[in-house]
Amino acid sequence: MIAEIGHFALVLALCVALVQAVVPLVGAKRGLTNWMAVAGPASALQFLFIVMAFGALMHAYVTSDFSLVNVASNSHTEKPMLYKVAGVWGNHEGSLLLWVTILAVFGFAVTLFGGNLPPGLKSRALAVQAMIAVGFLSFILLTSNPFARLDPPPMDGNGLNPILQDPGLAFHPPMLYLGYVGFSMAFSFAIAALLEGRVDAAWARWVRPWTLAAWIFLTCGIVLGSWWAYYTLGWGGWWYWDPVENASFMPWLAGTALLHSAVVVEKRDALKSWTILLAIVAFGFSLLGTFLVRSGVLTSVHAFATDPARGAFVLLLLVLAVGGSLTLYALRAPAMKMGGLFSPISREGSLLLNNVLMATGAATVLLGTLYPLIADALNLGKVSVGPPFFNAVFLPLMVPMVVVMAVAPMLSWKRGDVAGILGRLKLVAGLTLAVALLVWFLQGGSAGPWWSIGGFALATWLGLGTLTDFAQRIRLFADPAGVPVRLRLLPNSAWGMILAHFGLAVFIVGLTASSAWTTEHIQTQQIGESVDVAGYSVTLTGVETVPGPNYSASRATFEIAKGGSVIAHMQPEKRTYRMPPRPTTTAAIRSGITGDLYVVIGDADPKGGYVTRLYFNPCIPWLWAGGALLVLGGLVSLSDRRHRIGAPARAAARKVPA
Amino acid sequence: MRRALTLLPVIVFGILALFFLKGLTLNPREIPSVLINRPVPEMALAPLPGRGENSSLSTNDLKGRVSLVNIYGSWCIACVQEHPYLVEIKKSGILPIQGIDWRDDPVLGAAWLRKHGDPYERVGVDPPPGRAAVDFGVTGAPESFIVDRAGLIRYKHIGPITPEVWSKTLLPIIQELQK
Repeated sequence: MIAEIGHFALVLALCVALVQAVVPLVGAKRGLTNWMAVAGPASALQFLFIVMAFGALMHAYVTSDFSLVNVASNSHTEKPMLYKVAGVWGNHEGSLLLWVTILAVFGFAVTLFGGNLPPGLKSRALAVQAMIAVGFLSFILLTSNPFARLDPPPMDGNGLNPILQDPGLAFHPPMLYLGYVGFSMAFSFAIAALLEGRVDAAWARWVRPWTLAAWIFLTCGIVLGSWWAYYTLGWGGWWYWDPVENASFMPWLAGTALLHSAVVVEKRDALKSWTILLAIVAFGFSLLGTFLVRSGVLTSVHAFATDPARGAFVLLLLVLAVGGSLTLYALRAPAMKMGGLFSPISREGSLLLNNVLMATGAATVLLGTLYPLIADALNLGKVSVGPPFFNAVFLPLMVPMVVVMAVAPMLSWKRGDVAGILGRLKLVAGLTLAVALLVWFLQGGSAGPWWSIGGFALATWLGLGTLTDFAQRIRLFADPAGVPVRLRLLPNSAWGMILAHFGLAVFIVGLTASSAWTTEHIQTQQIGESVDVAGYSVTLTGVETVPGPNYSASRATFEIAKGGSVIAHMQPEKRTYRMPPRPTTTAAIRSGITGDLYVVIGDADPKGGYVTRLYFNPCIPWLWAGGALLVLGGLVSLSDRRHRIGAPARAAARKVPA
Repeated sequence: MRRALTLLPVIVFGILALFFLKGLTLNPREIPSVLINRPVPEMALAPLPGRGENSSLSTNDLKGRVSLVNIYGSWCIACVQEHPYLVEIKKSGILPIQGIDWRDDPVLGAAWLRKHGDPYERVGVDPPPGRAAVDFGVTGAPESFIVDRAGLIRYKHIGPITPEVWSKTLLPIIQELQK
């Protein structure tokens, strides 16, 4: 019964979304205030119905109602509660329902918090949000009904793929979706602005915090996904340039560019047409990701059940949404007023340069991801594009970007003084050179890879450059007495920028060290046998079988010694899940600031030994720390009161009586 | 000029959309072997330890009768899935199965066969980097090739052999070749 209510609620939500997509738009065009006013209540109603549907599916999972096909094929009574809940979005139908639920939340948020938006912009944006909802709701109802019944119901379900039964992954999809769908806000407002033919500072002030919020979620989702891949797949790696990883990385790149160009729109009234395009592209990449994962046009480790009918439907949605909005852009953008002019060497100029580099980066990732498909379609044969392509093409593009990143925040708007800034960065340049020489020396001259020298130099340049900027903003050396006051006065958006840029420098250290200096030992180890890994002596002391809630595991115990004394015990597991019966590996990881000791236990050898894989991955925690700083920087910047729409207007109002 | 620039995104997207449309009709998992109807590449692989000196695998061992060449490795998880079925095919006596232990430590490859059953007549070791199998056109494990009496590769199957694959695809080809 509850499932039928859920299904019915989805149908009602579709009806409401249809009304919301048409009526406010007509109202905005003709200037009918009460037609425009439909958007608000409609978005609330749509939110209510979709949350009801989501709640109904959640209920079915929590109570293990196997009369639903979806629950029976993806859940199991033995599964821990966290994964019953996470199972809701661990499958095609449920993840789409999560998608529209988040979309409805964002739409409702516009109504809740958008009280002081111009009514025309608000009603148009809500209508565009509703159009996206119509597309996805009909996709769910026509091809992917999560509430389909099964008769007779089975005694128990198939279970969730055990590799997905992990806390890191339980929260990975909702985070990613909050990011993907969050970009729909910028998209809807971009389309609304194109329809109105006007982009101004108020537009940018509204779009910036939502884009920032989406970007925070997406960053968080990508970092969680990498962290999960690192500790569960047991290969010691964390990023594989897999099509689905790329599908999340492309909107991230476009979103990062959008975040920065929206600043220029708000502060300088420039780059408007480009910012609108980025808003369309960022959401377009999110939709593209959905298409690539659901249609089966590319092979990937993320194998959702694929179906050509579903693929055709998502392609249709993609063409309508992205093709339609880009056509609108081609028609309307040329008529938009050009903004303020600026010299190439200025903060706007450097932001534009980094925007272009980031967009080019996203385009190369797109090319690499789609190349197998393009080659196949043109009968050029089956090819696969792997990490060597991406490393050779994408990473060099990021080098000038990082170099400019250290300088850009110090440049002034309109016209910057590059000679003065380079003078201030003399010390940083010297230290960068020193680090490069040190790395060269530590690697034993030309014995190590040359690019690791470049990686560390870039990280030093960006990290110290950002700190120099920070020191100058608070006049640390010029006026130490005034520092506490200036620390308090420094706006949160500046704190956010400093944290995020510094976080990227920390991330680059982790990226470089873990790619250049990983050591790997794969062998058959007898009980009691020791292997030396990067200065640690790793001894296999025993293997026992332990039961888990829905699996049984072979748990190995390793004794880790350094300099003759035992410092730790590590217990990696090889688990065999009962339902579905699949083996997974759980690596044991001992993290330190210099790196991770990473231990994986494999199959037993008939002579009593075990295949073991032992890695030392240098500076891996720096990756997570860098990711965390990016997210923290985003959050701090988001808390800046100037982001709250209308704040400047209110401030002006307060000034009047004085 | 500005108008032409703003048209560019929609044009690029249009081209991409055409590729996506075409992509829906293609199967990326289906990889044709360039070696179909070509002779088996020259190879002389060392025997797997513990299976006797005369269990080595060379090009000449694949001539004179129809045989199935199966690529496996102790590291390969999908091989565990197909393996019981290979053992059944061996019991049926329809054709000999020759194994290639690919990119593997031969000690582990032999242990794996003792654990999961040994359906092979001969097993050649192709240690890392696995040159011989690459010459065969192997892209991953498990993979199986049907080789005819003249030593020509006639069919390539990617992924585990299931009862369905066997009865619907492989067996008809084998019976045709054995006529």
